[in-house]
Amino acid sequence: MSDKNYLTTDYTLRSWFLTTDHKRIAILYFASLIFFFFIGGAAATAIRIELATPQADLVSSDVYNRLFTMHGIIMVWFFLIPSIPNTLGNFVVPLMIGARDLAFPRLNLMSWYIFMLGGCITLFAILAGGVDTGWTFYTPFSTLYSNSYVIVAAAGVFIAGFSSILTGLNFIVTIHRLRAPGLTWYRLPLFLWSLYATSVILVLATPVLAITLLLMATERFFGVGIFDPRIGGDPLLFQHLFWFYSHPAVYIMILPGMGVINELVSCFSRKEVFGYKFVAWCSVAIAAVGFLVWGHHMFVSGQSLVASLVFSFMSFIVAVPSAIKVFNWTATLHKGSIHFDAPMLYALAFIGLFTIGGLTGLFLACLAFDVHATDTYFVVAHFHYIMVGGMVTAYFGGLHYWWPKITGRLYSEYWARTAAVLIFFGFNLTFFPQFILGAEGMPRRYHVYPPEFQVWNVLSSGGAAILAVAYLMPLFYLGYSAFHGRRAPANPWNAPGLEWQTSSPPPEFNFASQPVVTRAPYQYNEHFQAEPQNA
Amino acid sequence: MTEWRPPFALVGAWLGLLALLALTVTLAYAPLGAANAVVALGIGTIKAMLVAAIFMELRHRSGLTLIFAGAGLFWLGILLWLGSMDFLTRT
Ligand code: HEM
Ligand SMILES: [Cu+2]
Repeated sequence: MSDKNYLTTDYTLRSWFLTTDHKRIAILYFASLIFFFFIGGAAATAIRIELATPQADLVSSDVYNRLFTMHGIIMVWFFLIPSIPNTLGNFVVPLMIGARDLAFPRLNLMSWYIFMLGGCITLFAILAGGVDTGWTFYTPFSTLYSNSYVIVAAAGVFIAGFSSILTGLNFIVTIHRLRAPGLTWYRLPLFLWSLYATSVILVLATPVLAITLLLMATERFFGVGIFDPRIGGDPLLFQHLFWFYSHPAVYIMILPGMGVINELVSCFSRKEVFGYKFVAWCSVAIAAVGFLVWGHHMFVSGQSLVASLVFSFMSFIVAVPSAIKVFNWTATLHKGSIHFDAPMLYALAFIGLFTIGGLTGLFLACLAFDVHATDTYFVVAHFHYIMVGGMVTAYFGGLHYWWPKITGRLYSEYWARTAAVLIFFGFNLTFFPQFILGAEGMPRRYHVYPPEFQVWNVLSSGGAAILAVAYLMPLFYLGYSAFHGRRAPANPWNAPGLEWQTSSPPPEFNFASQPVVTRAPYQYNEHFQAEPQNA
Repeated sequence: MTEWRPPFALVGAWLGLLALLALTVTLAYAPLGAANAVVALGIGTIKAMLVAAIFMELRHRSGLTLIFAGAGLFWLGILLWLGSMDFLTRT
């Protein structure tokens, strides 16, 4: 066995920036996403510092508006949406199906360039003066009043959307056409089912966002009446179009995370995923029903009562498949031989935080409660529990799980577990008080507030400081391990997935010979009695 | 390459679309009352089908491609249906 792998085939910059190897492209995305995560995180830090006191003592109201807008735009479009699909997905999809690469390797590289182009344009808008509309770009503010760089930022998001569409297409075609012999749909790892469902949403929903942003620009530049009622438009139309994309987009953000959790929970309880077929089809159901509920973001927008009732009802239905997944993870844990390795700690944190996020989603889906809670910190807490507590935690879990495969090195279990526990603690301290603030009526997007809200805000800001430190820790111990860590064996967790059947890090074309699949996924009980070797 | 001529189907479809466009414009001025909208939408549907079948070459495609194309259409339908339901029931 030679020690040539995908990292050591060539060291030039050219070989990285012109690579068509899905593993190297995953690393390009990984580095870019760390960059965007830090920019979004810096804005969040500034917001939390400002909110530690009731007065405006750090920034002016105008700067505050720009800060939370920048935070939202960067985190949603340049971190959460691409995070798991484009880094972990890019890396492991071909490995998990026993293929040499994605179906369209050059398209994959192009997607990264398009993404970076969109990111740079949006960053330019932020540096040039910022945007103050909030990440939702609601009209008529965004088309009539705001004189900030709305169109430039929107252009960046518009361009990044093409990267999403192309990645989605690439995954769909790859999963259809490049599966190893014997890898039937019901032998597909659940991570791939969830990425498949995500890709379908990416392909079907993203064009609507693109069209919406284009219409917005058309109205601003040419005065065509699309959203402005004075010239014959309808401002609610914007919200319909925006949420027709953005509600499915929240599932773009969470489905891949759920997929990762399946892999982690079964590996570290050494058991098959309970109800494999249910979990698989729940991903598809979430993708489908997710398209029917966007109006729950518009309960107080002035949309008709009939529409609100229909959307409220549908929102309860979309919670069903998510709940089934939670039950199935719990059932998988039941009587498992549970190992509390770092990835498992992240997975357990995910299950708890996602459950709170999902349940509070049901509160918000109740028309009467939502009228009270709209635009309060309750909503902020709800979606952060899911997107940060859920998705970011799943991302870290997956990163730790596949890290030995990606880098060929083992990280410090001690530091990894410490970081996982700190993240869980810091997260809850940051966001749980926001449920209380919201229930008490503190509105979102204000930088001054009545003094009686200060206690909870101070707790929240304190939690955010812990969370910030905890998020920085992996940068150090993972960064250290990438260069100095112990060499990882091919299969450190003793897992049955195909990605573990090749060396760590994998060779340039993944497998020395074409693997053939002969059994169902997650067969820990039969063939893999052994414990993880990494303890 | 120099031998190349545009396939008959493409030219035919293009001419057909132009003819339908002329028909739409003409009928828009015909006093049909509420039927005007129905006629315009009907012609629009035929045009969309021509584009899908001939320019997008969906008539030669496999079942899977048709499923995805159909899904796109279906989701567009949902967007229009639920969106217009709000509009039609506003008080
Ligand atoms: C489990 C089923 C879920 C239900 C029933 C649900 C319900 C809701 C409702 C009714 C709202 C509107 C609140 C308001 O604006 O007044 C909302 C807001 C939100 N939800 Fe969920 N949700 C669910 C899952 C999710 C997931 C999985 C995510 C993200 C991955 C998510 C992210 C968001 C975001 C980002 C917002 C606020 C958007 C904004 O106004 O900026 N939700 N949710
Ligand atoms: Cu939603």
